[in-house]
Formats: sequence, C-alpha cells, structure tokens
Amino acid sequence: MIYLDNSATTRPFDEVTEYMMHVMKDIYGNPSSMHMAGVEAETEVKNAGKALADILKVDPKEIIFTSGGTESDNLALIGAAMANKRAGMHIITSKTEHPAVAQTMKYLEEQGFRITYLEVDRSGRISPDVLAQALSEETVLVSIMHVNNEIGSINDIRSLADTVKSYRPAALFHTDAVQSFGKMRIHPSKMKIDLMSVSGHKIHGPKGIGFLYANEKAKLRPTVFGGGQQKGMRSGTENVPGIAGIALAAKLIYKDFDSDIERMYSLKTYFVRELLKLQDVSVNGIPEHDPEDISDAVRQSAPHIVSASFSNVRAEVLLHALEAKGIYVSAGSACSTNKPSKSATLLAINLPASLLDSTLRFSFSTFTTQDEINETLTVLSEELPKLRRYSRY
Amino acid sequence: MKYSTFLIKYAEIAIKGKNRYVFEDALMHRMKLALKQAEGDFAVSKAQGRVYVDCNSEYDYDEVIAALSRVFGINAICPVVKVEYEDFDKLSADVVDYVREEYPDSTATFKVFARRANKAFPVHSTEMNSELGGAILDACPGMRVDVHNPEIELNVEVRESIFIYSKQIKGPGGMPVGTNGKAMLLLSGGIDSPVAGYMVAKRGVKIDAVYFHAPPYTSERAKQKVIDLAKQVAKYTGTICLHVINFTDIQLAIYEKCPHEELTIIMRRYMMRIAEHIAKENECLGLITGESIGQVASQTMHSLAVTNEVCSLPVLRPLIGFDKQEIIEVSEKIGTFETSILPYEDCCTIFVAKHPVTKPNLKMIKRSEERLADCIDALVKTALDTDEVINVI
Repeated sequence: MIYLDNSATTRPFDEVTEYMMHVMKDIYGNPSSMHMAGVEAETEVKNAGKALADILKVDPKEIIFTSGGTESDNLALIGAAMANKRAGMHIITSKTEHPAVAQTMKYLEEQGFRITYLEVDRSGRISPDVLAQALSEETVLVSIMHVNNEIGSINDIRSLADTVKSYRPAALFHTDAVQSFGKMRIHPSKMKIDLMSVSGHKIHGPKGIGFLYANEKAKLRPTVFGGGQQKGMRSGTENVPGIAGIALAAKLIYKDFDSDIERMYSLKTYFVRELLKLQDVSVNGIPEHDPEDISDAVRQSAPHIVSASFSNVRAEVLLHALEAKGIYVSAGSACSTNKPSKSATLLAINLPASLLDSTLRFSFSTFTTQDEINETLTVLSEELPKLRRYSRY
Repeated sequence: MKYSTFLIKYAEIAIKGKNRYVFEDALMHRMKLALKQAEGDFAVSKAQGRVYVDCNSEYDYDEVIAALSRVFGINAICPVVKVEYEDFDKLSADVVDYVREEYPDSTATFKVFARRANKAFPVHSTEMNSELGGAILDACPGMRVDVHNPEIELNVEVRESIFIYSKQIKGPGGMPVGTNGKAMLLLSGGIDSPVAGYMVAKRGVKIDAVYFHAPPYTSERAKQKVIDLAKQVAKYTGTICLHVINFTDIQLAIYEKCPHEELTIIMRRYMMRIAEHIAKENECLGLITGESIGQVASQTMHSLAVTNEVCSLPVLRPLIGFDKQEIIEVSEKIGTFETSILPYEDCCTIFVAKHPVTKPNLKMIKRSEERLADCIDALVKTALDTDEVINVI
C-alpha cells in the first residue's frame, strides 16, 4: 500500500502505539483521584503538557487538551467570541477554512455575530493588506488557517497576526494549525498567536486527541461544562493515553525535524515537476513561479500536500483507479468527500469549474519514499490516458 | 401486561389444502429464524391449526413484535395472557384482571368469545360467555356488551391452560419465504430494486441477487451500500446470496463500439443476460427488476420490450405500475430508503448519454450489438468467472 493521504490521517508511530498501550494497561487511574494511581495519571498528563509547551515555547498552563482539531476550533472560536462579545461582535476569517472553523462561524453568525470572509489569492493565501482593510473597531476575533488542508498553501501567520495587533491590539488571533503543526516550527508567543488548534492524528499520534494553545491573557469561555478539569476550561476526565500519545508523537516529529522536512520538500518538488510533465495536469496552491524553476515556489507551500487537477478525468474515478493499484489519495479533502458539494477552497482560488471535480490531493508523511512517488507517477501516466478515453460527456 | 405467548394468525396458508403443512412448517421455520434477532428463549409450535410462540424467558415485547412483523405469511399477532385453571371463580377474577389492566377505565363495548378446545372442561362455552361477561360488567361499570359489533372481542380459550387475548397486531401478510421457489433480483443501489425484491419475497419466493460493480467508476462504498441494502431486505427474506459481477470491461466495450444513445439499453440487455445465466445456474425460476413503466428512458414500454427480449425466464417487475412516490413509501416502510439515497454513483449512471433512446428499435439494437461480436463473449465469460459471491444475512 502506498499511503498518500496523510492530511486525512497518519499512521501512528510505533513508539506512540506501544507507549499508549503501556499507559492504558498500567496508568489507568483518573488524574483527579487523590490516591497514587491518580497521581501517576496526573503526572503523565503534566509531562505531556510540558513536552508540548516546550516545543511551542509557551507555558504548560496554556495547553488545553481536547478531543481533536474540531473541538479545539470550536472552543477557540465560540469561547473567544462569547467571552469578548461586549467588546464587539465582528469576526474575520477566510473563505478557505476547514469546516470545523467555517461551520462554527455559521453558528456564531446565527448568534448575532457579523462575520467577514476574506478572499484569498490564486495560490490560496490571505494578504495582510486585505486583512487590514477588514479590521474594524468592532473586531474581537480573527481566525485564519495556517496551512490549507486541501491545497497546502501557507498563510504568513506572523504578518497577519502582526497586522491584527497593530490595528486592533485587543482582538484575538486564532489559527487552525492542524495541517502545519509538525510540518513547521511554530512559536505562538513570538508570532503573536493567541489561540491555536492542533490535532494528534495528523502527526502520527492517536485520533480523538488534540489541544488548543490559549495565551493565558486571552479571555476564553469554556464550551464543555462539568467536573472542572483543566482549570475549568475543558471539563471531562482527561484522555490520558491520548494525551501521552500526542505528546510523544510531537516529540518524535520534531526530533529530526529539519532533515525530515528537507526530504519532504525535495520529494514534493520532484513530484510536482513530474506531474506537470504529464498531459493536462495543473498543480494548485503553489505561488506564481518561473516554470523552469519551481523549487522556490514549492518551498513557499506546505511540504506535505500536493493538490493536482487532471482535466477530463473525474477525481473519484481516478482515485479508485489509483486505489486499485494500492495507492491511496483523496479527492478534495477527506473531511468533505461525504458531501457532494464543491470544495470552498478550490472555488476560492478560482479554479476553473471544469477542474473542480477533477482535483486530487496527495499528501506525504515522513514515511513517504522516493520509490512510492515514482510508482505513483508511473501509475498516473498509465491510468490517465485510459480514463480520458472513456470520459463522460 | 405480561404476555407469555403469542398466537399467530395466518390467512392464505390455511386454504392450501393438503399442502398446508408445508406452508405451516415454512412459516414456523421463518419465525424461528426471525426470533433469533430478538433476545430471549422462544419456542415455536403448532397445535390444532394454530401457530404459537411461547416465551420461555424474559424478552422485550417491542423487539419480538418487530421480529415477527417481518415474517411473511403472518396476518396478525395476538399477545396472549395464559392462566391456570383452578375453579371458575378464579378464572372470572383472572379475566376481570386482564380487562382492567388492558383497558383501564374503558367505556368500550365488548363481547366474550369462549372456546373449549379441551372438551373435558366442565363449563360449556355459551355458559362461559355469559358468566364471564357478567363478571366484567360488574367489575367495569363503563363497559357494555355488544354481541354484533363489539369494539373489544375478548377471546378465552380453554386448552391445557387458559388463553386470554383481545388484541391483534397486523403482520405483513403474504406467504412464508421458500414456499414458492427462488428468483434472482437485479439489485442496484437505488430505491426501486430493494422494494421489488421485498414484494416478490412477500409472495413466498426466496431471493438471490446480482449486483453489477464497475470499479474504478463505482467505489467500494457503492458496493458496501448494496450489501447494506441486501442486508435490510434479508431481514424479511432470510439469507440472500449476492453475486457481485465486475461489469467495467463490458461497459467500456459497449461505450467504445456502440452508439452512445443506445448505451444504457445495450448495457441493460447484457445485465439481463448475465443475471439470467447466474439465475439458471442457481435454480432460480425467474428474474426480478425494480422497473416501473416510463420512469427513465430505459424503462419505457419500448425499452422494456427490447430488454426483455434477451431472457427466456420470466422477468418479474412488481413495481411496474407504481409511481415513484408509492415506491418510496414502501422503501421507507421496509427501511431501505435511508441507504438507497446515499450519494454513491452506481454503474447505471456513469456513462449516460445526454439523449438516450426512449423508443429503441430491436433490429437496430441487435445490429449495434454485432459490433461487440469479437470481444463480448470473452468479456461476459470473464465477468461470470470472477463472480464474487457474498452471503448476506
């Protein structure tokens, strides 16, 4: 199997699986219990928080564990909007956000908030100028994703956050970093990020766990109520094995970080270059570039996501044709394939209508090899002409 | 109310003369299978032209009724309260208790209908009618007797024990599956074909099914959807032997060599040929389709005639006179609708011409099919050889 759907989810590191098994078997106490078993579990949670905080260079008490990226986004947006609505009811976001943000915005809109959806450029990025123009006295929250999950474009979070803070210092800045954490170095305090969502299973950790980084000065209201765990910000007995798992995964993914990322960029550059040699294939999410030298442009996008459009082939059919050869990819993003609706991201970058249903996402991980990329290219070059022969009219 | 027994009423089976035991045994067999779906220990037996379910353990009433309501051949299910006979006063008290509990504060009209299957019982049925009626009138002042048109018909049957019952839950009717041979259902992922299978099975016909799979144009999920539909139909029909035929190469050959407006009709002719072949190999006496006149281009009277021409087995089309809404109503009733409307492409919708023929001419279609002469036999043979058989329970 050649697994190129790592933006949907990743294979957990073996170390993570084994460590979680140990935690489940041996450290099953409730972190809130007074006895030794509880203390051991609490230590596990504390160590995990510390490890993640070290990676982000933040304070451990700024890490709130959640059930994953979606819950982190919900907590950040609803929590910040509700806690700060007296200061204003205006929120800014982009047109290419993941449904976890986009749908939450829709909910906040129903609650009376005014939402501005920013346009992106052809490669999927928000310009700080566009953001500056949208800011108003009423703006309390800005949420802009770091790396787009469908096309891999990178937003310059540092200058976007900077823009917010220089025009409207009181507004909170949130970023959905589900696709960037583990692929980029992120230091929220330096980058002026107030709130940041992260998911475990995108970094070779377990599913069902994630966290929200929340700057301790950011006013936030909880969205889950109960026993007051995690200082009341997220009630519910902590998912101890999951928490141990995400922390270990993060440590491992940042261990040989520079060489891993370098390897992924060279794979991506090679893959994109070869894809563009195939007939009628275009690649999305990469900034304008010199056709002779794409490597600089590729390095301005995420190292692990390649979005390619294959004209006159339906994405779903090509996906299943690749699947038959053991190559797993996704059409658009895995989170939205259940709905027949068109991808908001692809619409936002003005992809021609004829390509909306002809776009696949290939996403790499640290496990992806050159051989796998070669094999994928070979299969594509064989299957595309076959499928185009029978294209639907 | 604690019912210890269910009395099963069947109508049509009773008139089948000397074959009656065959039908009764089939009904009991089906009931036993159905009751395996419900938790508890049940005994199915027949005595004096009646079929009973005795509940030998705790059970969930709704679950048992639901299970029995899916057994064709059952006209009505009567929940029975069983009491032991000590003396007539005790019996009167038991009957009064039954009425009080079953119809609290009722003002309904009633009639007692007593029967003595056990002729050794000391009290005659007419006497029982009046004595028990009197006891009820005394105990329930709101109720009145009406011997011609009672709202409640209270049955009191004397057997080894005494059976008291007055309620009837409507069964599905029809005849027990397996009493009328077997037929092959052409099952797609749509709304119609599962309903067609249900309706033919209702007349006692056992069902096998064939599904035409077209990877990579149709996905694993589309196939899983068909398996799920078969599973739902199997709740009524018992195990369905589902044949999955890989139809891709046949479809592509038709697409390449035949006029595009005739694609669907020629495709359907090959589906029928293949289905008939498998049907004959599996002792099926007919084919079943979900066609309804005029619903789509391939189901006009002309198209049906052209499709039908390739078969020698009878083609049963139970929905032939149904409107779409009527079909949907049945599919909702039998629980297949939700699955049917999942948006996965099936093989009929991949290559659809913009303007398919609605009045195909048999001679022309045959001439078009001649263009397939050099390859089609081998393709059909391969499709039959790679038939994947799934037993759906």
